[in-house]
Amino acid sequence: MITAERKPIDEIIEYIRPFQKILLVGCNECVTVCSAGGRKEVGILSSMLQMAFLKQGKSLQILEHTLERQCDPEYVEELVSMIDGVDAVVSMACGCGVQEMARRYRNKPVFPAVNTKFMGASERQGVWAERCAGCGDCLLGITAGICPIARCSKQLMNGPCGGSTGGKCEISPEVDCAWALIWERLKALNLTDRYEEIIPAKDWRNGRGAGPRKIIREDLAE
Amino acid sequence: MTTQEPFEPVIIAFCCHYCAYTAADMAGTRRLCYPANVSIIRVPCSGKVDAIHILKAFEKGADGVYVAGCLDGDCHFKNGNHRASRRVAYVQKLLDDIGIGSERLAMVKMSAGMGERFAETAREFTETIRGLGPTPIRSLHRDAA
Repeated sequence: MITAERKPIDEIIEYIRPFQKILLVGCNECVTVCSAGGRKEVGILSSMLQMAFLKQGKSLQILEHTLERQCDPEYVEELVSMIDGVDAVVSMACGCGVQEMARRYRNKPVFPAVNTKFMGASERQGVWAERCAGCGDCLLGITAGICPIARCSKQLMNGPCGGSTGGKCEISPEVDCAWALIWERLKALNLTDRYEEIIPAKDWRNGRGAGPRKIIREDLAE
Repeated sequence: MTTQEPFEPVIIAFCCHYCAYTAADMAGTRRLCYPANVSIIRVPCSGKVDAIHILKAFEKGADGVYVAGCLDGDCHFKNGNHRASRRVAYVQKLLDDIGIGSERLAMVKMSAGMGERFAETAREFTETIRGLGPTPIRSLHRDAA
């Protein structure tokens, strides 16, 4: 999932200070799962903003709405009937959702209420960790299902480096060395011969190296 | 000349059915006095109380809120009281962020047999909030009315 965290409340307040009536929009997908921008977080932020503005002697009208997916035009379209009645939109979706809102409702200021972080997985309740960097050429088949691009601080293709100590990365004792994890898992799977193969330099054009990417499925695209 | 009314805090107590709510009953049965400022909302477990319930209480004019759950290790649902404690700590940060003040929110723990403790908690918390004065939200609500 795409993970996110709510922005500091003061930053959000500064965005919307000039406006009287805002539409606060959540998203039912990734940001709901990582408890950053779903229906519940929309309610919490709305209540905080109401009180913060009341305290400053200013009234703020907030409409709350949570879309099934904010990165899909068909769901964003649902807001047509509400958009004319508000001065600005605050989105609690990831950056994709915020941009879709801004694209569809181009005459309305749209502000983000969360900082989008990374593609990650849930380690345990309330803890999410980065797992994928979207490099466009997945290596997990030869790295025992552990990604050296997302999980090695240096993105080494043939690790570990000299900073790996006791299975931990030199940047922090809290960070596992991805290559130590890869080696341990290859051993457990009896696949250590894979480690002997030198992984060639990566073609970063599949990732962000060649600019913004797009997927076009000819059988689906209209 | 206008005389200023004495401040009577509005306090919401989210009370777990299995402990604090029963303790409130016990306090009543034993004819123990506690301030009428405290309005009790019975919940099936303190872990049921969400951040939004607490924030809405403040938004609608409460001067103080407390969540009352079971003693450590005694939760009917295993760890609801522990979750409630962490949630209260989280909402305390939110309250500080918007200038309401974390000291207006508390987590307390007691068993069903602690009628005395229930009454004492209600008295102590009411006095704490009385000392803090009304929330800015409440006075603004009154001005608007």
